[in-house]
Amino acid sequence: MSTANMTRAEKRQARRFRRFDNPWINPKLVWGIGLLLGILALGVIGRIGWDLDLVFTGSSPLRLPPVGFENLRGQAGIGSHPIGTDGGGRDMLAMIIVGAPNTLFVGLLASVIGMSIGIFLGFSAGFIGGRADDVIRVSADVMITIPPLLILVVFQSAFGDVSLTMMALLIAGFVWQSPTRLIRAQVLSMKQSGYVQMAQLSGASTGHIMFREMMPNLVPYLFGSFIASVTTAIVTAVGLEVLGLGPQRIPTLGRTIYEAINAGALIQNLWWWWGIPTLLLAVIFIGLLLINLGLDEVSNPRLRKLS
Amino acid sequence: MGRIPRSYLINRLMTLILTILIAATIIWIIPRLSPVDPAEIALGRMASGAGSVANSEEILAQLRANMGIDQPFLLQYFKYITGALVFDFGLSTAAFPTPVSTLILNALPWTMGLMILSLLITFFIGNLLGALMVWDRSPKLVKVAIPAAMVFTSIPPILSGLLLMWVFSAKLQWFPLTGAYSIFVEPGWTWAFTQSVLHHGFLPALSIVVVTFGFWALGMRGLMIGVQGEDYVKLAEAKGLRPRYILYRYMIRNAILPQITAFALKIGLLIAGQVLVERIFAYNGMGKLLYDAILNQDFPVIQGVSYVIILITAISVFLVDLLYPFIDPRIRHSEA
Repeated sequence: MSTANMTRAEKRQARRFRRFDNPWINPKLVWGIGLLLGILALGVIGRIGWDLDLVFTGSSPLRLPPVGFENLRGQAGIGSHPIGTDGGGRDMLAMIIVGAPNTLFVGLLASVIGMSIGIFLGFSAGFIGGRADDVIRVSADVMITIPPLLILVVFQSAFGDVSLTMMALLIAGFVWQSPTRLIRAQVLSMKQSGYVQMAQLSGASTGHIMFREMMPNLVPYLFGSFIASVTTAIVTAVGLEVLGLGPQRIPTLGRTIYEAINAGALIQNLWWWWGIPTLLLAVIFIGLLLINLGLDEVSNPRLRKLS
Repeated sequence: MGRIPRSYLINRLMTLILTILIAATIIWIIPRLSPVDPAEIALGRMASGAGSVANSEEILAQLRANMGIDQPFLLQYFKYITGALVFDFGLSTAAFPTPVSTLILNALPWTMGLMILSLLITFFIGNLLGALMVWDRSPKLVKVAIPAAMVFTSIPPILSGLLLMWVFSAKLQWFPLTGAYSIFVEPGWTWAFTQSVLHHGFLPALSIVVVTFGFWALGMRGLMIGVQGEDYVKLAEAKGLRPRYILYRYMIRNAILPQITAFALKIGLLIAGQVLVERIFAYNGMGKLLYDAILNQDFPVIQGVSYVIILITAISVFLVDLLYPFIDPRIRHSEA
C-alpha cells in the first residue's frame, strides 16, 4: 500500500509501528533533549553574538521592559535590550545567557558525581554483601531522609559565598542515595538470574560480569536515575539561590529571582525580571521530565501501548 | 493483619535514631568549621546599633562565654545533643533573648497546617487523576487534558508560587500578597480570623498542589497499568460488578499501596519545597523563620529549624514504614 491512499488513522498507525522499531527514538525523549539543547544553544550562541559585559550592574538603564511593552514609568522597550533590564541596570538577555547554562552545569556536575558514587557503592553492596552491604545500605537509608536543602542552608550561611563548582560538589553529597539503593536492588536480583549464574559458572571474571553482563541491563535505569538526580540537584540549587545563598558574584537564574522578589518586582509589575528566569527554569524542568518519561517507555514496554 | 516483628521494629528504630543523630551532628559541625565567629557577628550587631563599642575584647570574651563557644568542642557537642533531644537550641541571637524553641513553636503550626492540607489535596487529586488516565471508561477529556497539564508538574512550587502570586495577588488582587493572616484581625478562634487565614493560605497551598499532583498521577498511572490486566479485575468484570465499584475497590485499592511508600520518601523534598514557598509568600511558618535567620546570621535558629524539619521527615518515614503492613496485609516484614 502506498502512503498516498492511506487514511490519516492508518498513517498514524504506520508511523507508530515504525517509531517503536527503536524505543530510544520516541517523541518525549526527543522533545526533552531538544529543550535542554535549546537552553545550551542559548548559552553558546549568546556568548558569541551578545555583549556579555552587560551583566555588570549599572551597564544599562534601570527597569526597561522588553520590546513592545511599557513599564510603569511609561518607558518603552528598546532594541538594544530586547528582553528588558533589571533593577540593577543589568541586561536580562546577557543575564540569562550566562545564568541558564550555569543552572544546567550545577545539575549535571552534581549528578555525574552522585551517580558515580552511587554506581560504585551500589555494585559494591550488591556484590560483596555482608558487612560492606550493611554499612552502605544503612548509610543510604539514613541519608535519603535528610533534605539536602536544609543541610546546605546551614553550610552556606556559615561559609558565605561559594563558587558554582563548590555548590555542585556539596549537592553531589545528597544525590547518591537513590542510585545506590536502585543499583544495589538490581544487582541483587540479577545475581540470581540465569545468565549471570551461567557467566559465573563459566568462569567469567567479576569485572566481566559487572560490565558486560549486568551493566547493559542497567542502562535504562541508570539514565532514569541520572535524570532524576539532575532534577533534584537543580531544584536544590535553585532553592539555595532563591534564599540568597548561592554564588553571589555569578548570575544564576535563582539569584535573579531572589533579587527580583527582594526588590518588590511583583508589586511594581516588573514581570520580565522574575518571569524570564522562571520561564527558563520551567523549560529546563519540563525538558528533564520529558526525558524521564521517554526513558520510562524504553525500560518499561508496557507503557508504550498507551501513549 | 500484619504484625510487626520486634527485630524489624528495632532495626527501623535504630535507623531513625541514627538519621537524627547524624543530621544533628552535621548541622553542629558545619558552623564550627567556618571561619565566621558568631561572637563577632553579635558584636557587629551591637556596634551597628550603638554606633561604637568600647572594651570590645572583654565584650567578645563575655559573648563567647555566654554562647558557650569557649568550652572544649566535645563538651559543646555533648551539651548540644542533649539540648536537641529536648528541643533546646539556646537563645536566638537576632531576637535576643527569645529561646529558639519559642520561635519554632510559633512557626510550626503554620507550616504543619499548610503542609498537611496541601499534601492531602495533592495525594487525593493526583492518585484519582492518575487512575482515571488508565481507566478505559473515563471521559476522553481526562485522557487528553491531564497528560498536557502534567508537563507543568515538573516545576518546583516556588516557580508556580511566583506565577500565581503575580496573577492573583498583584494583577487581579483577589488574594493578599504576603502574610498568613491580615494585620487588621486579632488572632484567635473567631470567624473573621479563620476567614483571613484561609484567604491567605489559599495561594501558597494552591502553588504546591498544582505542581505536585502530577508526581502522584504519574506513579498511579504506571501502577494502574500493572493492575489493569490482573485476574481479579477480570473476574470482577465477569461477575458483572459496576465498573465504578471495580475502579475504586479493586483497582485503586490495590494500585495505591506503593504510592504510600513513595509518600514517605517524598516528604523531605516536599517540606523543603514548601519552605521556599513560605519564603516568597512571607507566610509566618518555618520557611520565613529560616529565611529571616539566614539574613541575620542567626545560627541557633538556622540549626533549630533545620533540625526540626529533618526530625519531622525522619519520623514520617519511620511511621509510614511501620504502618505499611497494616495498609497492605500482603506485606509481611521478614525477621531478617
